[in-house]
Amino acid sequence: MHRIRKGLSGMSASLLAILAGLLAGFLILLISNPANALKGLGMVLMGGWNNGMKGVGQVLYYATPLIMTGLSVGFAFKTGMFNIGAAGQLMVGGFVSVYVGATWTFLPGAWHWVVALLLGMLAGSLWGMVVGLFKALLNVHEVITSIMLNYIGMYGINYLIKNSHLFDALKNQTVNVAPNAVIPKAGLDRVFYILKGAYHDASSVNAGILIAIGLALLVYVVLNKTTFGYELKACGHNRHASRYAGISENRAIITSMAIAGGLAGVAGALMYLAPPSGMHIHVAEVLAAQGFNGIAVALLGMSNPIGIIFTGLFIAHITVGGAYLQSLKYMKEIIEVIIGLIIYFSAFSLLVRDVIAAAGRRRARREQARGQEREAD
Amino acid sequence: MDAVYFLVQQMMFFSIPLLIVALGGMFSERSGVVNIALEGIMVSGAFTSILLISLLQSGMSGQALLLLAVLVAVLTGMAFSLLHAYAAVSLRSDQTISGTALNMIAPASAIYLARMIQPNGVQQIEFTNTFRIPRVPLLGDIPVLGPMFFRNAYLTTYIGIIIFLAAAFVLYRTRFGLRLRACGEHPQAADSVGINVYRMRYAGVLISGALAGLGGLVYVIPTSTNFNATVSGYGFLALAVLIFGQWKPLRILVAAFFFGLMKTIASAYSGIPILQGLGIPSDIYKMVPFIATLIALAFTSKRSQAPRASGVPYDKGQR
Repeated sequence: MHRIRKGLSGMSASLLAILAGLLAGFLILLISNPANALKGLGMVLMGGWNNGMKGVGQVLYYATPLIMTGLSVGFAFKTGMFNIGAAGQLMVGGFVSVYVGATWTFLPGAWHWVVALLLGMLAGSLWGMVVGLFKALLNVHEVITSIMLNYIGMYGINYLIKNSHLFDALKNQTVNVAPNAVIPKAGLDRVFYILKGAYHDASSVNAGILIAIGLALLVYVVLNKTTFGYELKACGHNRHASRYAGISENRAIITSMAIAGGLAGVAGALMYLAPPSGMHIHVAEVLAAQGFNGIAVALLGMSNPIGIIFTGLFIAHITVGGAYLQSLKYMKEIIEVIIGLIIYFSAFSLLVRDVIAAAGRRRARREQARGQEREAD
Repeated sequence: MDAVYFLVQQMMFFSIPLLIVALGGMFSERSGVVNIALEGIMVSGAFTSILLISLLQSGMSGQALLLLAVLVAVLTGMAFSLLHAYAAVSLRSDQTISGTALNMIAPASAIYLARMIQPNGVQQIEFTNTFRIPRVPLLGDIPVLGPMFFRNAYLTTYIGIIIFLAAAFVLYRTRFGLRLRACGEHPQAADSVGINVYRMRYAGVLISGALAGLGGLVYVIPTSTNFNATVSGYGFLALAVLIFGQWKPLRILVAAFFFGLMKTIASAYSGIPILQGLGIPSDIYKMVPFIATLIALAFTSKRSQAPRASGVPYDKGQR
């Protein structure tokens, strides 16, 4: 009961933060162009619905990597680690997946994408595990290792792509993966589409969103229903106490970073195991934005895997909505400002919780006083 | 010898912004507030100051304009970091939350505002670099040291060095510095002897904002002729330099110069005959600073210890 109430007050704090952030965004729209502001806010709130079922599908599509990196960051948070390296883990995982997807054509049928996905996860996991090893064995702060590994991964992948048959020099990106290595649609394209005449204009959504939600549920079970998860969380709460209780802190740090890295690796695999029209790894000196946005998703979802599903969907929702703002001559960057503000306002959650608790106490006191009055009568 | 002079001059462009911003982060973390918003604050400082330069450059130029820009960058950084201080200190929230928020808000609003303010509606802010000092009078003529440090230099380099000296002095030789450090190690104890922990932490975050804002400007000026709402992850690198420097000024200086040197070698290796002859591809060179830092850390971190109360909100009621 206590846990449910705590979860609810946390959720109401997040919802209030979202409300405040949207309000602030509306103010910015008002200041920059008052005439279209209300229409603009409507577009943001409509999100994918601006373009019917296809738009909704796009929301699910964009939410997929966000949920995965959010899970990655959130999982590490639970063990008291700050995984600022999801970007690098995502890119390393994505690269290995593309490599397997484009070259290991001997794999039969669906095995191809499954193996590519699993090896991408493994690669991300190893990349994350390095952070854990450095922290556990050499006492190197996880933030610094993560930042260094982000750049090492980025430059390393650029080098490997440019010097292999994976390079499409004309488009400065990776080549297409084999058809069997593309994440299947799982029938979602027959749900999320719009009709253009007789033509089904389907969205890019695929089974990736189902995999992401499935993994979120799995992470939830591991964290909340297993001894292993309990030990990881115990280390996050108080490492001295957990060491006293016989939990190996080093093992917890290494495994939790390996798992966090694996989750980010899946994000990369799901992004880049895409059809020719979909995403490819660009050879550029830019870190994957999804990695850093994962921090936002995890924070807004309060590191709760179920919460992360919803915040990932929400952020994708208003991002897709924001893209339509350009038709009203607004810059789409406003969405990032709004997301940033929402996250900032979520820092007020403690304040909100205090206010709610104080109100509850006042009510209790009033009722008690009333009860005493009745007794006096 | 010319190659060495060139390397040192180049190294300054990479090292000085890292040094300034990492020292800023040091003040925040030594007061007990983790500041991952350094990246965002750098962007905010660079944005307003470069915008100022681009607006005023028809009437002003040279060092006077640069000093004005420095002032604006510092003030912007302080104002922006106030948001972080309010959430992290007054509201006692998780300190990564407001840091992450600021990192998202800064670049997005820089693009948004640049496109709104500039008549041509583009997000890049162009400016003309009139700030390079070809040769400092007198000092530039000193043999060896002259060409290294006093030619092709920027005023901001010397500002950076002065900041370093001032930072080390303030942290270790003043009452303020002692109190600040106490708040980052054991705020309860500091409070019990009458130090206002909240005020000290506000001060720490505001100093970090001032220096990070300045660092944004210092990073952009020598390396570019336009500002595109990014400082290429330098805020995060400064965070790494801060940890590499174990939250101590002199070590931060060493770390910043070590990293800057590696970065210079990585970007200017084609000008160094020996390295050019090895035939190693550029992407590998670019990885060198990061790998070298990791290796150096592996050997030096065994006893590294962050300020003990860093990242822990201080709640007076729980004393």
